Amino acid sequence: MNTGASTFTQGVDTAFIVILSISVLFLVGITTAMIWFVIKYNRKRNPKPKDVKDNTRLEVIWTVIPTLLVLVMFYFGWIGYKPMRNVPNGAIEVKATGRMWSWQFDYQNGKQSNILVVPLGKPVKLNLYSPDVLHSLYIPAFRIKEDVVPGLNNYMWFQAEREGEFDILCAEYCGVQHSYMLSKVKIVPEEEFLTWFNTTETVLDTLESVGLQVLKKNGCVACHSQDGSKIVGPTFKGLFGSQRKVTDLQGNVKTVTADELYVERSIYEPNAEVVEGYNKNLMVSYKEQISPDEIKEIVNYLKSLNEKK
Amino acid sequence: MTNTQKHTDFYDNEGKPAWKAWLTTTDHKRIGLLYFYSLTVFFLVGVLLGLMMRFELISPGKDLVEAQTYNGLFTLHGVIMIFLFVIPGIPAVFGNLTLPLLLGARDVAFPKLNLLSWYLYIGGAILALSTLLVGDGPPDTGWTFYAPYSVKTGTNVSMAVLSAFILGFSSILTGLNFLTTIHRMRCPGMTWFRMPLFAWALYATSWIQLLATPVVGITLLMIVVERWLGIGLFDPVLGGDPVLYQHLFWIYSHPAVYIMILPGMGVISEIIPTFSRRRIFGYKAIAYASLAIAFIGYFVWGHHMFTAGMSGPARIIFSVLTFLVAIPSAIKVFNWLATMYNGSIDLKPPMLYALGFIFLFLIGGLSGLVVGALATDVHLHDTYFVVGHFHYVMFGGTGFAFFAALHYWFPKIFGRMYNIKHATRAFWLLFTGFNVLYFPMLVLGIMGMPRRYYDYLPQFQIPNVISTVGSWITVAGLIYMIVVIVKGIRNGEKAAANPWNGLTLDWQTDSPPTKENFDVIPTVTERPYEYK
Ligand code: HEM
Ligand SMILES: [Cu+2]
Repeated sequence: MNTGASTFTQGVDTAFIVILSISVLFLVGITTAMIWFVIKYNRKRNPKPKDVKDNTRLEVIWTVIPTLLVLVMFYFGWIGYKPMRNVPNGAIEVKATGRMWSWQFDYQNGKQSNILVVPLGKPVKLNLYSPDVLHSLYIPAFRIKEDVVPGLNNYMWFQAEREGEFDILCAEYCGVQHSYMLSKVKIVPEEEFLTWFNTTETVLDTLESVGLQVLKKNGCVACHSQDGSKIVGPTFKGLFGSQRKVTDLQGNVKTVTADELYVERSIYEPNAEVVEGYNKNLMVSYKEQISPDEIKEIVNYLKSLNEKK
Repeated sequence: MTNTQKHTDFYDNEGKPAWKAWLTTTDHKRIGLLYFYSLTVFFLVGVLLGLMMRFELISPGKDLVEAQTYNGLFTLHGVIMIFLFVIPGIPAVFGNLTLPLLLGARDVAFPKLNLLSWYLYIGGAILALSTLLVGDGPPDTGWTFYAPYSVKTGTNVSMAVLSAFILGFSSILTGLNFLTTIHRMRCPGMTWFRMPLFAWALYATSWIQLLATPVVGITLLMIVVERWLGIGLFDPVLGGDPVLYQHLFWIYSHPAVYIMILPGMGVISEIIPTFSRRRIFGYKAIAYASLAIAFIGYFVWGHHMFTAGMSGPARIIFSVLTFLVAIPSAIKVFNWLATMYNGSIDLKPPMLYALGFIFLFLIGGLSGLVVGALATDVHLHDTYFVVGHFHYVMFGGTGFAFFAALHYWFPKIFGRMYNIKHATRAFWLLFTGFNVLYFPMLVLGIMGMPRRYYDYLPQFQIPNVISTVGSWITVAGLIYMIVVIVKGIRNGEKAAANPWNGLTLDWQTDSPPTKENFDVIPTVTERPYEYK
């Protein structure tokens, strides 16, 4: 029962229990004294107050003792925290990308996944990357969290001590789908991890077209639906070949046809033409992530959506 | 208000039409009341938004509003509660109403500036609320306006930010006014250490208002500049630094939490001696503690950023300082307790609210220690634990101190008395509801539920349901309290000039006071609270 899910759990929980115990002691003590005074020195029972002189010794005592106690609290907080910043050598490195509104994990052999799969009992370092706004990678069971800040190379690490699946949540507010920016960390025995790690097939199932796989891998579908509903960006359904009313960088409104070039522009320079009714700056350029070949696959997929109906 | 005394009280319009007499007044008491009524309206709007959020969270999935609406709700709720209620709160209402009375003065140092502050406040408030109606929807950034999201979102952030900027000026001017008043307008014999402790608390608060508010003003303007001109200050895509924004924001906003709580502590320091009929224990300790909080409070802002990627040593230093700033608050609590010892305690509503304050503020402060420690903060930062913690401090602390002050100075201001029995019952309803509403939030945070969540995983449901039920009880308590107060104002019994037998100067004049407060400026010969 006492084995935490990660090596940090115990340090954090110890600090918590120390602080909580001292706090409860104070809360109960002070509240009891308060109630007792109200009863004992009630005006009915005690109509005449007795003067009490200021007492410097008492002031010193109730300054020094709490000071010592909070320093004890600080100490436990610090001890529980120290290992979180010291990554052991040989940790498995994974790039963790948080974007509006999905997580993506890139392993060093090029493997990509939307859930984090790691071996039991091995240190894992996450290099945190955000292409858009602030996020925060939070695994409550492991007692860790670190902000994913665009432009900053933040990191975190952990070592799992228990097999199983644990929630990953985004803890820094990041827009409309913030509370849906969830994932899982799956802790498996090392052999199982290696098998998983060495299959080049990504987690995406093969029945899907390559274009849809690209869209899912890059988190596009968090904002663009495939069924015609409006999320954050325009839906993909019926998009290809349609007439789009857009605002360009100069603020001119014009109508363009959604052809291959339009799709590429929308992915590489999303703010150059913004569809009416949607907001600028919410989407970032995917120039680094999506290759021209992949864009061809996306176009094929978009065309297939039109044929379906 | 009819006038049976030999002078007319400050409600007399002197022949002017009422609207003009009020809207052009420079009387500190009238300005205090203008603040009181406008603040109450905004507070109730904020409560309504909170109620809607709690309703949405009663179960996973959609219950009432869409995600985008929810995000607008908590942003406006935060902006209203912070910038329109708790920050101006006690200084603007009860500082204005009572500071000159407490000091034996006829008004504040700059009465016209005082009126200007109120107009700035109203202007800022209208701007903040109109984001609901104009532009591309209410801001959806949270009250902290964190970059780069606040730079990218299409909602009406610029207007909300400008409103906070204007409200900042209102706050700075009030601070300046009170500082000058306290330095220059104390009546003969009132040395610094004969000043009532509420005046000390306002003094410390005013320094923070004056020195810290300009920083946030500039920071918020920088957001507007970035949105409108595309100059890269905080958005890395434009070459800016998002963490810089957080530093600048919290350099003000952490001291600002002491703007919120110090005046509340000042109110408690007035009420406890009066209702215990005892000289306050440790007068100097309490006065110095106010200054210490104001001073150390400047150096702890980094504890909002333990997980944002600050350097290791910075995290450690900010954590130590955070623990140290807790000490002066603890000292105050002990001195209040010692003041009750051997007293003759009368548990009237003001005293009840004061004791309620101590209990709720203790939970708020102690839960603050939990997030001040590094290891536990990493787990609890940006979760519902923090939401619980700051409601205990801001609502349980400052909010209850506000209610305490209202019940305490009510007879002085309105010349009447509310129904004591019903006011007591309203307190208990509100106090119970409060804990049912916010204690489950602390639990949710420990379980790992992040804040600003429109939807949540099923394991978080039970505490959420309890909390939502608590919000109904809380609102029932608030309504009960308001009914008692309104009835008291309308047709409460006439109050004596000094119904609580207070010793400070505010109680040595008529209720309601005359326009000039005192016929003869009093002379002080001893410390306040010398009950014999
Ligand atoms: C009945 C009264 C109230 C209710 C039901 C209520 C409810 C809530 C809830 C549920 C949240 C969390 C929203 C989220 O993270 O998703 C919240 C946030 C907040 N509340 Fe309250 N609240 C109430 C009164 C107050 C008062 C009196 C204050 C200040 C004095 C206050 C200040 C805040 C602030 C600053 C936030 C943070 C907003 C943000 O995340 O940007 N609330 N409230
Ligand atoms: Cu996020």
